[in-house]
Amino acid sequence: MYAYDEIDRTLVNERVSEFRDQVKRRLSGELTEDEFKILRLQNGVYLQLHAYMFRVAIPYGTLATNQMRALAHVARKYDRGYGHFTTRQNIQFNWIKLAELPDALEDLAKVGIHAMQTSGNNMRNVTSDQWAGVAPGEIEDPRIWSELIRQHTTLHPEFSFLPRKFKIAITASDHDRAAIKIHDIGLRLIKNEKGETGFEVLVGGGLGRTPFIAKTIKHFVHGRDILSYIEAILRVYNQYGRRDNIYKARIKILVHELGIEKFSREVEDEWQHIRNSSLQIDEEVIEDIRSRFTYPAYEKLPHMPDELRQAAADPDFEAWRKNSVAPHKVQGYSIVTISLKPTGGPPGDATAEQMDALADLADKYSFGEIRVGHEQNLALPHVAKRDLPALWKALDKLGLATPNVNLITDIIACPGLDYCSLANARSIPIAQELTRRFANHELANLIGRLHINISGCINACGHHHVGHIGILGVEKNGEEVYQITIGGRADENAALGTLIGPGVKFDEVADVVEDIVEAYLALRERPEELFMDTVKRLGVEPFKERVYATR
Amino acid sequence: MTSPLEQKKIRIAGPSVVTANRTWDGIVVYRTAAKSWSAELSEAAIVRNSDEARALLAEAVADDVGAIGPYIAPVQIGDDGKVLPGNLREQIRRTGVTIGQPAQV
Ligand code: HEM
Ligand code: SF4
Repeated sequence: MYAYDEIDRTLVNERVSEFRDQVKRRLSGELTEDEFKILRLQNGVYLQLHAYMFRVAIPYGTLATNQMRALAHVARKYDRGYGHFTTRQNIQFNWIKLAELPDALEDLAKVGIHAMQTSGNNMRNVTSDQWAGVAPGEIEDPRIWSELIRQHTTLHPEFSFLPRKFKIAITASDHDRAAIKIHDIGLRLIKNEKGETGFEVLVGGGLGRTPFIAKTIKHFVHGRDILSYIEAILRVYNQYGRRDNIYKARIKILVHELGIEKFSREVEDEWQHIRNSSLQIDEEVIEDIRSRFTYPAYEKLPHMPDELRQAAADPDFEAWRKNSVAPHKVQGYSIVTISLKPTGGPPGDATAEQMDALADLADKYSFGEIRVGHEQNLALPHVAKRDLPALWKALDKLGLATPNVNLITDIIACPGLDYCSLANARSIPIAQELTRRFANHELANLIGRLHINISGCINACGHHHVGHIGILGVEKNGEEVYQITIGGRADENAALGTLIGPGVKFDEVADVVEDIVEAYLALRERPEELFMDTVKRLGVEPFKERVYATR
Repeated sequence: MTSPLEQKKIRIAGPSVVTANRTWDGIVVYRTAAKSWSAELSEAAIVRNSDEARALLAEAVADDVGAIGPYIAPVQIGDDGKVLPGNLREQIRRTGVTIGQPAQV
């Protein structure tokens, strides 16, 4: 866990009273909507189809149990009893009343939660690996660096009025769970030959209307120089970035137009001017942040406790364990992913009751800590292996033990036309139908790792471009039509998917996905060949044939 | 969302209403003939040509304390005179999400 200091707490509290005053002036008519909009966006408040939507930050995806309970409380008291976990380590409440928002913010502030950096053209909350600090083989806890960047960029003038919003993600593992290649800046924590900690810096990733996979701008930037290097990137961006055209204002477009070589030269020039300034990070500063991240007092536990050995006889437990339980850096412990993708349910939603119950389970089994990942699932990061069977039973009672993590029904979907005012088509009902089609666990297991991503418009909040199967809703003559891509991926080998052909209607989407999956099962060379590998080997043609032969 | 100003250029193709979200709680509301807002589509003022639509929108835009983001939306009038939303988006705005909510309060 991370302990915030007095400055952070004061800042958060000041923001709440400031916003309370702004809301009051808005409701009395003293402020117009035009004047108020920028203020509400700075506090995570959007307008959706049915109501205001309130987006709350979960910095680097780490939640203490009292914070989870506060989220449950907000869902219950100010909303309709549930919240939606997003792909950027935020939670959204869909039915908040403006008049009650200051109270909700105040209740959250009591546990150190806020909505800064969740909207607007500023530096968004820096996301990280949800397994940070517990993944085996990790170089160092990447949250230390996320926190450093968060402190430096929150409310910093240079970062508060950017041409567009700006997103950074950090990973410290070989396997990238933070999707760094689709962020404006992606940082991969590495060590150089001398054993010094630093970063491979990637720049210019992003999805939306014009998707790009980030490119490496520098292979190694020493840890002490990372703030000056990021600032150099931002200065070049601020200097060139196109404020005149909202679609061209993202850094990915700038990097593309200048070319990565020219862009990196410009950054290098800028950096040489500022790298030896006050932006150089003292080892003490890092040490101070490091010391605020505390880790549980792990026990010395056996690798294979009796409880686990006995439970292995139960096929339901085993099905869940195989997909949900991952190795931990400490022997005798595991990381448990909690699927928020029940059959027939909207991906990423959790009820207040589930949140409260999860907080209780985390207190009992995970040293009071919960994580939020970009796949819209949660995780308990420190579960003793001997407790796995008991935890599984408890999760199952809550409807939180769907054994589908990383399988075809572990779908990422944006809110789409059911909630979002920008949407062209619905996303959630497509996801629900797909989870029903593939509800048979043996079938899902047979198919293996396969990620489906769904967005309700080109803004790509559901990351459809990087879904192994991507589904994008568009509107054609007043009807919902869906474009299907295959072969995308969001991990360390990130790639954009390829369109397989003309769009299909709402009712046909699940059939098309079934066709694609059947084609894959027939075409794969062996069971271990994953869907994306088959697509890579054969290209989209055979899938296209299969889907359109009968349509 | 299309801004009201851009919409001023748009000609309406059929019966329409002006809709927005109520400022204090965000719920979907419709502009009424009585220069007020109602949560009931049946109470919305119906406009049938572009001049009427522009006038109703201008009046709605001016009432910024009452509701935000007003725009013109199409409706269908049934044989019995009943007013129905003119497209899927407006239908969802009127009747709520199509998916059931995980927790009904
Ligand atoms: C419902 C209200 C929402 C609105 C109005 C909204 C709006 C937008 C817009 C306009 C963009 C494109 C910005 C750009 O390209 O510069 C965007 C991007 C994005 N949104 Fe949302 N969004 C919403 C909900 C969500 C949710 C629920 C999630 C997570 C599940 C999400 C995740 C993202 C992500 C990850 C991106 C970045 C995609 C990229 O790399 O370009 N958004 N959003
Ligand atoms: S992708 Fe489009 S429809 Fe989906 S949440 Fe984002 S803006 Fe809304």
